[in-house]
Amino acid sequence: MSVSEPVDDRTQARRHRLSVLAQGDAALLAECWNGLGIDPECELVRGPEIGLVALRGRMGGGGAPFNLGEATATRASVRLADGTTGHAMVLGRDKAKVKLAAVIDALAQDEAMAARLDEAVIAPLQAAIAARDADRAAETAATKVDFFTMVRGDD
Amino acid sequence: MYVAVKGGEKAIRNAHRLLADRRRGDRSVPALTLAQIAGQLALAVDRVMSEGALYDRDLAALAIKQARGDMIEAIFLVRAYRTTLPRFGYSEPVDTGAMHIERRISATYKDLPGGQMLGPTFDYTHRLLDPELAGDAEVPGAGRGEGEPARAMRVSDILAEDGMIEGDGDAATETPGDITREPMEFPMERDTRLQSLSRGDEGFLLALAYSTQRGYARSHPFAGEIRIGEVEVAVDMPELGFAVTVGRVQLTECQMINQFKGSSKAPPQFTRGYGLVFGQSERKAMAMALCDRAMRARELGEDIVAPAQDEEFVVSHCDNVQASGFVEHLKLPHYVDFQAELELVRTTRAEHESRRDPGPAVAEAAE
Repeated sequence: MSVSEPVDDRTQARRHRLSVLAQGDAALLAECWNGLGIDPECELVRGPEIGLVALRGRMGGGGAPFNLGEATATRASVRLADGTTGHAMVLGRDKAKVKLAAVIDALAQDEAMAARLDEAVIAPLQAAIAARDADRAAETAATKVDFFTMVRGDD
Repeated sequence: MYVAVKGGEKAIRNAHRLLADRRRGDRSVPALTLAQIAGQLALAVDRVMSEGALYDRDLAALAIKQARGDMIEAIFLVRAYRTTLPRFGYSEPVDTGAMHIERRISATYKDLPGGQMLGPTFDYTHRLLDPELAGDAEVPGAGRGEGEPARAMRVSDILAEDGMIEGDGDAATETPGDITREPMEFPMERDTRLQSLSRGDEGFLLALAYSTQRGYARSHPFAGEIRIGEVEVAVDMPELGFAVTVGRVQLTECQMINQFKGSSKAPPQFTRGYGLVFGQSERKAMAMALCDRAMRARELGEDIVAPAQDEEFVVSHCDNVQASGFVEHLKLPHYVDFQAELELVRTTRAEHESRRDPGPAVAEAAE
C-alpha cells in the first residue's frame, strides 16, 4: 500500500509516528525516551538486522519506475509482555535507534500511551526535523537569483 | 587462462602490512576521522555512494579511507560489502517533485515558478586556489534568506502541455528490471539502462556525453532543470500492511531537453534525457541525462551512428568495477599462457623467416 493511499486515523497516526522516528535524530530520540522514564519488558522477535532497500526513481521524474541503487537499512520487530508487537525500519545502520523505534511503535498501540509518546517523543523530534528543514530552506533561499532585465533606453 | 601459483605468501603478508603503514602515513599527523571525510570530502563520498550504488555516507567514508583515496577501489569495497547484506525489499518510487530543494537551476526558463536557487555550487567561482584553506581559518556561517519552504514543482510538470516537449511517459506500475538480479540482455530497455547509468563511471559517461555535444550523435541539449536535495524514501512493510517513510536520501536530478527534428516514429518536438544520481553529483547527473537521451535513438527512430547511441557499448563498459576488474586482472600471473604464446611466436617466427629466406632452410631441411 502506497504512502499516498488513504488509510484510517489509527493507521495514519502509526505511519506518521514511524516516519518521524525514522527521520528524527538518534541522540534526541534517546534523550526524549529517557526523559519518559519507562522501561517496558520486551523481547526481540526479529533483528535488529542490517540489510538493503533497493531505491526506485521514475523516468523523467514522473514516468515508469526504475531501480536507482540501494541504501543500507535496519529493521527490528519486538514483542511486549502483553503480546503487542511493534515494527520499525530505518535507513542506515543504527541498531539501537531502530530497536527503540520498534518498542515505541508497540507501546503506542495503547491509546493512552500513544498520547504520552506523541507528546514526549514524536512532537519534539518532529519539531527538530522541521527546524532543520527551515534552516536549510533559509540558507538555500539566500542563494535565490533575482533576475532583472536591463532596459536599453535612448534617454 | 591463469593457473594457481603457490609461494609468495610472506611477500603478500608484508605487502599488506606495508600498505597499512603507508595508508596511515606520518604518525605525527592525526589520523582522518570518518566524520571529517563525510563532512569535508562530501562530494568524494557522494561519488563513492553513487558508483558503489549504495547509499550510506559512513560506509563510503570508510571505503575512501581504506582505499587511500583511490575512488574506484573505494567503490569496489562498497560493492563488495553490499553483497554481504540481505535485500529487505524495494522502495516506492521517490517523488523528486517533493524534494527539499538545496539547489535548483534551469538554463531554459528564467522565471520558473519556485525560482532559481544556486545552493552550494562551484559555478561562478574563479577557480583560484585559496591559500587560506591551507590553514584552519574561521569560516562564516551561511547566509539566510526569506521565503517559503524551498519546495518546487519539476520543470517538466510546469511545462504547458502543448506537445512541444514530450511528457514523462506512462507511469506504468509494471516491475522494472534489476541488473543486480538478472543478467543484462540487449537490446536493453530504458529502466535497466538508467540503472546502469546511475552507477556508471562518471569519467566514462562524461566523455560520452561530451562526444554527443561535439557532433557524435548531436542532440542539441539544454539543461531544463537541475535540482539537488533530500527526498523521502517509503517502503511497504508487509508486517505492518502499509508503507512508511524509512528516511531520506539526497539526490541530484537532471532534466535535459533536446531539440528533435522528428522521425518516422515521432513528430518534431523537444525530447528529454533524464539523470538521477545519489548525493550532490551534478556533473554525473548531466552526463547521465545526455547519455540516456543518446541511447533513446532506437525508440525515437534515429540513425545509430555514434558510440554514445550504442547501448550495448555504453552499458557494457560504463561500470568501473567490472572494467577495472578485467583490466587489472592482467597483473595476475599469466606465466603459463605467456610461455605457450612465446612458443607459438617462436614457431611462427621461424616459419616467417624460412619463407623470407628459403635457401638455407631448404638446405637445413635437406641435411
